[in-house]
Amino acid sequence: MTALLEIRDLSVVFDGFTAIDGVDLTVDQGELRFLIGPNGAGKTTLIDVITGLTKPAAGAVRFGADDLTGRKEHEIVRLGVGRTFQTSVIFEELTVVENLDLAASFRRPLWALAGRRRGISEAVEHALTTTGLDELANEHARVLSHGQRQWLEIGMLLAQRPRLLLLDEPVAGMSLDERSRTGELLTEIAKDHTVIVVEHDMDFLRRYASQVTVLHEGRVLTEGSVEEVRANPKVQEVYLGRAREEADDAVR
Amino acid sequence: MEGFLNQLPIGLSIGAVLLLIALGLTFTFGQMGVINMAHGEFIMAGAYTAYLLQGWTGRAAVLVALPVAFVVAGALGLILERLAIRHFYGRPLDTLLLTWGVSLVLQQLARDLFGAPNVQVQAPEWLQGGPGIMPYSRMFILALAIGSVVAVWAYLNRTGQGRRMQAVMQNRRLAATSGIDTGRVDMRTFFIGSGLAGVAGVALTLIGPVGPALGTYYIVDAFLVVVAGGLGQLRGAVIAAAALGLLNSFAEFWTDASLAKVIVFVAIVGFLQFRPQGLFVLKSRALT
Amino acid sequence: MTLTTERPVAKTPPATWRTRLQGPAVFATVAVLALVVAPLLLEPFRLGLLAKYLVYAIVALGIGLAWGQGGMLVLGQGVFFGLGGYAMGMHLKLVEAQGDLPDFMVWSGVEQLPALWEPFANPVFALAMVVLAPMALATALGALVFRQRVRGAYFAILTQALAAAFVILLIGQQGLTGGTNGLTNFFELFGQDLALDETQRVLYIVVAVVLGLLYLGARQLVNSRFGRLLVAVRDGEDRVRFLGYNPATVKTVTFAISAGMAGLAGALFVPVVGIISPALLGVVPSLELVVAVAVGGRFALAGAVLGAVVMGYAKTTFSEQFAGGWLYLQGALFILVMTLAPRGIAGLLRRRRKETR
Repeated sequence: MTALLEIRDLSVVFDGFTAIDGVDLTVDQGELRFLIGPNGAGKTTLIDVITGLTKPAAGAVRFGADDLTGRKEHEIVRLGVGRTFQTSVIFEELTVVENLDLAASFRRPLWALAGRRRGISEAVEHALTTTGLDELANEHARVLSHGQRQWLEIGMLLAQRPRLLLLDEPVAGMSLDERSRTGELLTEIAKDHTVIVVEHDMDFLRRYASQVTVLHEGRVLTEGSVEEVRANPKVQEVYLGRAREEADDAVR
Repeated sequence: MEGFLNQLPIGLSIGAVLLLIALGLTFTFGQMGVINMAHGEFIMAGAYTAYLLQGWTGRAAVLVALPVAFVVAGALGLILERLAIRHFYGRPLDTLLLTWGVSLVLQQLARDLFGAPNVQVQAPEWLQGGPGIMPYSRMFILALAIGSVVAVWAYLNRTGQGRRMQAVMQNRRLAATSGIDTGRVDMRTFFIGSGLAGVAGVALTLIGPVGPALGTYYIVDAFLVVVAGGLGQLRGAVIAAAALGLLNSFAEFWTDASLAKVIVFVAIVGFLQFRPQGLFVLKSRALT
Repeated sequence: MTLTTERPVAKTPPATWRTRLQGPAVFATVAVLALVVAPLLLEPFRLGLLAKYLVYAIVALGIGLAWGQGGMLVLGQGVFFGLGGYAMGMHLKLVEAQGDLPDFMVWSGVEQLPALWEPFANPVFALAMVVLAPMALATALGALVFRQRVRGAYFAILTQALAAAFVILLIGQQGLTGGTNGLTNFFELFGQDLALDETQRVLYIVVAVVLGLLYLGARQLVNSRFGRLLVAVRDGEDRVRFLGYNPATVKTVTFAISAGMAGLAGALFVPVVGIISPALLGVVPSLELVVAVAVGGRFALAGAVLGAVVMGYAKTTFSEQFAGGWLYLQGALFILVMTLAPRGIAGLLRRRRKETR
């Protein structure tokens, strides 16, 4: 296995507050990696740095052969890194299929966008079937439910054909049904993609995670399989904090 | 060299007037997300207040007018805020156009009430003349601006009302859920901001004549001060206003009046290449 | 910084053959009215006025594209209108002077033709500049400010400041621009006598055809992938970055197109109305057109065109009768539209159509 993403000694400082403090992280080609940690651990900040939304104070982010630090957001997407957000970021005025088509077309030069969309491209078709949104293809995205919005967003990611997918709390606010549907989707995607998932939901983690990285106060606490992480007393200590028993239940 | 030095008091006093105007704009924009194009007409209202008071108080009009114009312009602002603007919070582009309509109406109203030709307000005798290049009238304007900034600073940092205003500016929702009556705070902000524009109007009577379109000459530059200074930033507004006033008057001196505005515009666009959000920024993590 | 929350809420009706034919049918009807009925029925003076409104409608179309579709509130379209107008005016002046100095230069004591003027003797150059000069300025400004993510109200203020500076520049450079009076006294265009009713009629047709073509072009653009992208940029510029597009490019291109339209309109304005001067293109005229677009309906291109014609007509009619009253009326109308019908006439019509269906 080769490393697709290599983060070395990364630090992020917000107005004197160190949000990320010397993090190292390596994600291999084809891996499905979960990032967990209590609030303020720096999970989302880490993703923000990878995708160019936040500039690091120090450290390197290598993606394949490229250095990502200092690049603009859209350039990073063009290198093959796609992400979702905690709040849904689909375009409500466009239909589902238009949202997907826009995501799929970004490699075309701007002048080539001057034509009307004719039919549905293969990438869009694939994204539609994978996310199960075929039925809603021609509806405006604003009519979608919360779960459907998240799936559309994941579908837009797929349509971009990225080499690395970053999902930020994909099941937050979802119903049980929606969660398991998202889990299946995740398993499906992970077959032929490298994926990093930030997630709070312990049940979801237990069912779908294999490799887990635990962040705490801007540092990597430990890494390993779900079992290893669960057994780690340090994780129980700091991650699960004061409500230990309750949290034990959650991890179990 | 003397001509060059002459520009200094002119630039500083123009900067002082711009600052008085921009203070209101930057706080209403920063706190409520509204752009008030009728702000220029509050300047005009302040200037006409001085003109009207001249009939009773003679040459002391300018001094008497300062508090009166503050209240008159502030009241106009309050009425505008209550009647129209508060329905448009967070929609700066819509308020910009809406208040432009208001500004048209107010200008025409002034034309009908006071006539289209310019009128003159006599400055008090003790403001005439002055040592060398610095006339007393320009010193007075400068002192007025400095006094206003100190007062605004003290209000923001030393009073409960001011701190609540800062809280609303930084995070409206959080402020509201912490028990701050944001509606009241908005009203106060609007009153004070519009009142300062009225004070600026009185100051302008010391520099030149008063006409219905008085506000339109200053409003665009005052907005540029907001852009360059950063939203809701007292420090930023002070520095940007001084810089803009000086740049304007020196550009006029070095080239000619018609090129000065172009130079200022190019300078602002150039400045935004380094500080796209102005000199000082309120940080937030929200993704639009 | 969240600046725009304005967004349309109408739902597109399902495309049956009836709704599909509706658009072209309306367009064809309007085209026949404009190209055949109006020239036959209207006396030359009124036809000239209509030509003027249609010229403004071209600017409005550009505003509709930039503001309605792209969310860029452009408050300085007068600048681009002026650049096109002056390019055309300079050419006409030089043709008329037949190698001598244009009349106003003689009056201002200019002795030699300024170097800036010389190439405008060439009609091809002049016509090219009509579109290229505004587009170049818009591209330069757009590239600089959009790249730095200066947007929303900030961008609007900058365009307004540009308009203010441009007017002061024009007035100050008397010998170069004719100062406050601008350029006027045009007698012929490409060998045709501009005073003849016949010439004016042809000019009217040209304006109407140009407007029609630009409308179709703009529609095509709005319905293209680029148009979808533009709406996406309007509703969530930062999100578009994560789709791999650079919103700055999309906005700059659109801004430049709208500037080119304004420039073309300015050039048509000169022979139709017979003058181009600073008073026609400052802060207030620029804003008036934005108001017209808002009244017509900013989210529909047809609304923008309609708004320009309606407001142009209203201005002529009312300011003829009571000069000051028009300002009250315009202000009041505008306040009403912004509060009660933010989607303008087009929005009201669409709602009506939906209700009656």
